[in-house]
Amino acid sequence: MAIFMMLKKILDTGMVSEMPVPTDLPACHDEQLLQSRICEVFGRAVAIRHVDTGSCNACELEINALSGPHYNIEGVGVTFVASPRHADVLLVTGPVTRHMESALMAAWEAMPAPKWVVAVGDCTGHDSLFGENYAVHGKLAEILPVNVMVTGCPPSPANILRGILACFQGTMTIKHVD
Amino acid sequence: MKIATQQWPFVTHGTYIWRGHVEIAQLLFLAQSVKDEGGQLLALWGVDNRHVDAGFALHSVFLVAAGLCWVVTPLAAEYPHYPDLSALFPAADRQQRATYDLMGLVADGAVDTRKWLRHAAWPVDSFPLRRDFLAQPTAGNDDYPFIQVDGEGVHEIAVGPIHAGTIEPGHFRFSVIGERVLRLAERFGFAHKGVEKRFEGLSLEQGAKLAGRICGDSHTAYVMAYCMAVESATGTAVPDRARWLRALWLEMERVVNHLGDLGSLGNDAGLAFGFVQFWRLKEEWLRLSAALFGHRYLFDCIAPGGVARDLTHAGMLVDAALQLAQEASRLREVYDEHAGVQDRFINTGVVSARLAAHLGLTGLAGRASAQAWDARVQFPVPPYDVLEVKMATHQSGDVFARAAVRFDELAESLRLIRKIVHDMPRGSVLHTPPHDGATQREGLGWVEGWRGGVIMAVRIGVDGRLDRVHPHDPSWQNWPVLESGILGNIVADFPLINKSFNLAYSGVDI
Repeated sequence: MAIFMMLKKILDTGMVSEMPVPTDLPACHDEQLLQSRICEVFGRAVAIRHVDTGSCNACELEINALSGPHYNIEGVGVTFVASPRHADVLLVTGPVTRHMESALMAAWEAMPAPKWVVAVGDCTGHDSLFGENYAVHGKLAEILPVNVMVTGCPPSPANILRGILACFQGTMTIKHVD
Repeated sequence: MKIATQQWPFVTHGTYIWRGHVEIAQLLFLAQSVKDEGGQLLALWGVDNRHVDAGFALHSVFLVAAGLCWVVTPLAAEYPHYPDLSALFPAADRQQRATYDLMGLVADGAVDTRKWLRHAAWPVDSFPLRRDFLAQPTAGNDDYPFIQVDGEGVHEIAVGPIHAGTIEPGHFRFSVIGERVLRLAERFGFAHKGVEKRFEGLSLEQGAKLAGRICGDSHTAYVMAYCMAVESATGTAVPDRARWLRALWLEMERVVNHLGDLGSLGNDAGLAFGFVQFWRLKEEWLRLSAALFGHRYLFDCIAPGGVARDLTHAGMLVDAALQLAQEASRLREVYDEHAGVQDRFINTGVVSARLAAHLGLTGLAGRASAQAWDARVQFPVPPYDVLEVKMATHQSGDVFARAAVRFDELAESLRLIRKIVHDMPRGSVLHTPPHDGATQREGLGWVEGWRGGVIMAVRIGVDGRLDRVHPHDPSWQNWPVLESGILGNIVADFPLINKSFNLAYSGVDI
C-alpha cells in the first residue's frame, strides 16, 4: 500500500529540479561549460567539506536546502563529503569562534592541494554582527586564504552554489557573490 | 503569589510573568516548593551589578501553575556563592557550570563542577561577563575530563566537533559494547560567540538583529521574546495587528522546521522519498515566505514596538496553507503505512514520561513524552488567547511520538495560519519604544518556539541602551535527556534519535 501511495505521489509531483544556476552570472550560465571546467580542474566532480565555525544555523539550513530536489547540485558535479581528505573546497560558515579555530585548521590542513576556500554568510566577513571579542576571531580571511566570499544573512542556496562554482572561473583574487 | 502551600512576595511583571527577590537562605526552599507543585526550573544565569553599586545576582526562572517566576537572588561581590539547584532540578547542572565559566558564580554543593562553555579561549580564573574582564584570548585545545567507562569489550567512539554532514559543531563521546550504547557524553561550547557580552551597549534595534541570530532556525521566536522583554521594560503598547503578525510568523517558522525535520527523519530511516517530498514542500514554503515578507526565514520582520513588515497577499498564504495541509496529510499516510519507517521509529530512543518529568524535558520533545506544557495553550498572550490552540501530546516518548507530535503541530499551525489571516485586525503595526531613560528597566519575554519555550531577559540602562541580555533556549533542558534517550539503543540509530529531538547548538553555546 505504501509503495502504491509513493508511486502515485511521485507521478503527481513530477520533476521539480531547476537549472542549477540562474542565468545572471555570465561566466557560468552554461551548465555544460561549467561541468567541463570542473572536469578540467579535477577530472571529476568537485568535493565540498563544510565547517561550521559558530554559525547561528541559518547558513546550514540553506546549505542543506541545496540537497533538496529543487537544486540539482550533483547534476553540475558538486558533492558534499565527510572527510576533508576527500575535499577540494572548504565551505566555511560562522564568525570563527576561538573554540572552533583548531578544528577548522585541522580540516584545512588535511585537505590535499589544490584547494579552495569559500566563505559563506555575512558573519565570516567584515560585516559580522558578532564582531570580535574574547570568544570570536571574526574575519575568516585573516586565518585562511579565502577565494570566494558569499554575502547574505543567510545567502540563498542559489548564491551559495554560485559561490562554489565561482572558484573555478578565471583569476584567483577574492570574488564576492551577493 | 502562592506556590505549593507557601505565599511568596512576587509581583506581576507582564502577562503570566511574576518577579521577586529571594534571599540565598530562601532559594532552596522556594525551589522545593516549585518542585512540590510539579513545576520546573527553566533558566538560570548570573548578573554583574557592581557597576550599579551592588554585588552580583543569580537570576532563575521557574515554571509554575501561574506562569513564570523570575527570581532574583542578590550575592555578595566578594563571595558570590549560592546553593546548588541541580539536585532538585537536573536541568540546572549545565547552566550552573556555564554561569561559573562566564560570571564566576559558584553553586555550593554541586556534584559536577567541570567547566561547560569554556574550552581554552580564556583563562580559568577570569570571567568574560564580568564588567572588569580584561583577559586577552588564550590559545590551546579543550582538555575536558570525560567520564570513562571501563570493562571488557567496552570501547569509545568520538564524533565531532565537525560531523559527517552539514550540522552545527559539537562533540559526542559514545561508550559502546558491541553495537549497544552504554553511555553518551556531550561536549559543547564550540559555537560560543560571547553573544551576551556583545549585547552590552547595543541600541534596542541593534539588539533585535543580534537576538535573531542567536539561533537561526528559531529567528522569529528569539526576536519575539526579545521584543516582548524590551516592550515590557519600556511599557510600550504593541499595536494589535503587530501581535497577530508576530503570531503568524511564529507559526510559519514552526511549519518550516517541522517540514524539514519530517523529511530528515524519513531520510534517516532510509526513506529518501520522504526527504525529497518534505524538502520540496519546505523549499516552496521558504519561497512563499520570501515573496510575501522579503526573507526566506522571515529575518528582521519583527522590531521593538511592533513589526517592520505587513501582510498584503493574504489569499496567497491561505491557499498555500490549505494545499500544504492536504499534502502533509497524504505524506503522513505514507509514513504510517510504511513498515520500514515504522520499524525504525517505534520503540527507538524512548524517553519515559517519568524520566522526562524528572529531567525537565520540554517543548515538542516533552509533549511527545506526556509533558503537556505549551505556553500558547496554558499561558496564551494575545492573539493566542482567542486562537484556541490544540496541544499535541503523545505518551510513548520514542522517535515515532516525536514525529507524530510534529505531524499534529504542522496541521494545527496551518489551521492557525488560516485563522490568523482571516481574523487579523486592521491598523498600525509599530509603536517605537520610548527612549526616555533616567532609570534602569528590566523585562522578560517568553515565546513557545517550534522547539520549545524561548526566554529572553533584558535590562536597559539609564542611557537607553542594552545593559544585560540573557537568552535561554529550550535545548538547555533537552540535550541532557538525549544522553539518556540513546542508552541501550544501537549506535546506528543515533542520527535518527538525535534528529527526532533536533536540538540547538548555537542556541545553547551562545
